[in-house]
Amino acid sequence: MSKISIRNLYKIFGPTPDQAMKLLQEGASKDDIMAKTKHGVGVDNATFDVHEGEIVVVMGLSGSGKSTLIRCLNRLIEPTSGSVSIDGENVTVMNPDQLRDVRQSKLGMVFQNFALFPHWTVLKNASYGLGIKGTDPAEQEKRAMEALELVGLKGWENSLPGQLSGGMQQRVGLARALALDPDILLMDEAFSALDPLIRRDMQDELLNLQEKMHKTIVFISHDLDEALKLGDRIVLMKDGKIVQIGTPEEILTEPADDYVERFVEEVDVSKVLTADSIMKKTEAVAHLGADGPRAALRKMRTNNISSLFVLNKGRTLAGIITADDAAEMVKRGEKDLSQIICTDIKTVLPDTPAQDLFGIIHNLGYPLAVVDETNHLKGVIVRGTLIAALADRGGNE
Amino acid sequence: MVYRIPIGGAIETAIDFLVEHLSFITQAMSDIVETGLDYIVDGMLLVPEPLFILAVALLTWKLSGKRGIGVFALLGLSLIWNMGLWEATISTIALVLLATLFAIMLGVPIGILAAINKTLYRIVMPVLDVMQTMPAFVYLIPAIPFFGLGKMAAIFSTVVFSMPPAIRLTCLGIRQVPTELVECAEAFGSGRWQRLVQLELPLARSTIMAGVNQTVMLALSMVVIAAMIGAKGLGGEVWKAIQRLQMGRGFEAGIGIVIVAILLDRVLQRVGKKD
Repeated sequence: MSKISIRNLYKIFGPTPDQAMKLLQEGASKDDIMAKTKHGVGVDNATFDVHEGEIVVVMGLSGSGKSTLIRCLNRLIEPTSGSVSIDGENVTVMNPDQLRDVRQSKLGMVFQNFALFPHWTVLKNASYGLGIKGTDPAEQEKRAMEALELVGLKGWENSLPGQLSGGMQQRVGLARALALDPDILLMDEAFSALDPLIRRDMQDELLNLQEKMHKTIVFISHDLDEALKLGDRIVLMKDGKIVQIGTPEEILTEPADDYVERFVEEVDVSKVLTADSIMKKTEAVAHLGADGPRAALRKMRTNNISSLFVLNKGRTLAGIITADDAAEMVKRGEKDLSQIICTDIKTVLPDTPAQDLFGIIHNLGYPLAVVDETNHLKGVIVRGTLIAALADRGGNE
Repeated sequence: MVYRIPIGGAIETAIDFLVEHLSFITQAMSDIVETGLDYIVDGMLLVPEPLFILAVALLTWKLSGKRGIGVFALLGLSLIWNMGLWEATISTIALVLLATLFAIMLGVPIGILAAINKTLYRIVMPVLDVMQTMPAFVYLIPAIPFFGLGKMAAIFSTVVFSMPPAIRLTCLGIRQVPTELVECAEAFGSGRWQRLVQLELPLARSTIMAGVNQTVMLALSMVVIAAMIGAKGLGGEVWKAIQRLQMGRGFEAGIGIVIVAILLDRVLQRVGKKD
């Protein structure tokens, strides 16, 4: 069962949304509806699921309805129609008490401009949600301190938010949400107000934290690089409508329409970036003749990989072996790696543009080898490094 | 002749009706407040003048955090004493403080409610516009039938005249709290009362204090005008001087009012800014 499930969600701004709703369902555009009924379309028939433990980035330009959408999830904005279910419970029909309860127990929120209470210390801010919930004060302090420590703000608990830098303030915002230990984090452009370097740090930090916490995160962003870096899946919005939902790779390689394509084109670097700037040099190779299956297995284990490239005597690329085959060989007591080597592998030249790499690496069961004209192994590329390289280009500016 | 809409007549009838049915309350209030005020003034007058002046000078110095204001209080109050306006000044200060207290006790809660409730906001704001543009003298007239000539009538008209800024700025202060902070309170499941106490009032504090400051200043100016309906005090001295064409005496009382106004303003401004 999915953690959050959003079904046919609409939000129309204005006093009498019925007529606008009807026009919308007849297929009228956002601008037409504005002209005819003076009602704004915030979200237009959004349907998607968020699974437990995944980061879904909702992305779009300003005015695309992404902020409205996230606010419909905890009903800071009342949806006009449709439903939002969290753990199978329909939030849209809850009474104020039930809603407050869900907000306190399941939904932590982090805001674009931090939204810290300026007259409270960092510690008091971090324990805000717990205070609202009525947790006992000693417990409040303990959990708030733990959360602050988690985001690296130990020692700052008695400062006021105004004395902290933007990045640190947002850490407080994150700690405030984490102190409640909610299942779900709603992050509304959480890093957009930070400068690029700090933003990258915060993204890395969020990914680190996520490895430990496994929260379900809905992240709003207008920045494709950020979306590619953070998102397990990306929901692309335009004029209140969802235009595409997919993994970062699918968005990049199979843009659903012109709009997405234009978005993706902004990642110009994918054309400029070439294989040799993305690849990682690797020491983890087996040498034909010198290494047996045991040595190969040990190399895979120490490097945490499940397949290994094999080089000929002259250091040219011979092929690849897998851990399973090598283990099988050890059992049979055989020594010669050439028996299990797969020589029919994909290779690319160092100057292959990143754009082309997507198509090649997609559904490739093993890492992609980068070789020069003389078939010498230069490095390897895995899917993760490719995406990360694109996402990280912000740091080179 | 063209038909004349009986606005004046209607208002008069309405007030007559209210006076007839409410005067037993208002007269009782009048008695209580005037007796109370007399006690306060008498109590303040019991303190020897030099001691009082010194105490006020120290207090203003402490509250404002500026020595200059303390010195100003010392010299200004001594001058008032010297001009023989001591009793009148004490009476005026007591009247202003009491009227301000009433105005704030009414105005701040109304401001809070207006900030919370949209309907109330839409009703209160135009009423405030009328209250603030209506010439101050007009308030003196209905005060008399309700409370009779004297200090309660003065306090009533002063409260009506000086309350708008307290309401307006309280309301403004609360509505000015950044949307994102309000959303944050909502998102964390805060109740309305919690949001008010934890977030809105603390953030609105300096704006509310600016309203209080304006209320005090307006109260002072109205207390002077209210001398016409028996408020006595410094305004009474001015009023007497007008009737007898005593130019010098009039200016002396005027200088006394200016001194009191400056003292109140400086002290309140500092209190409002302290964070």
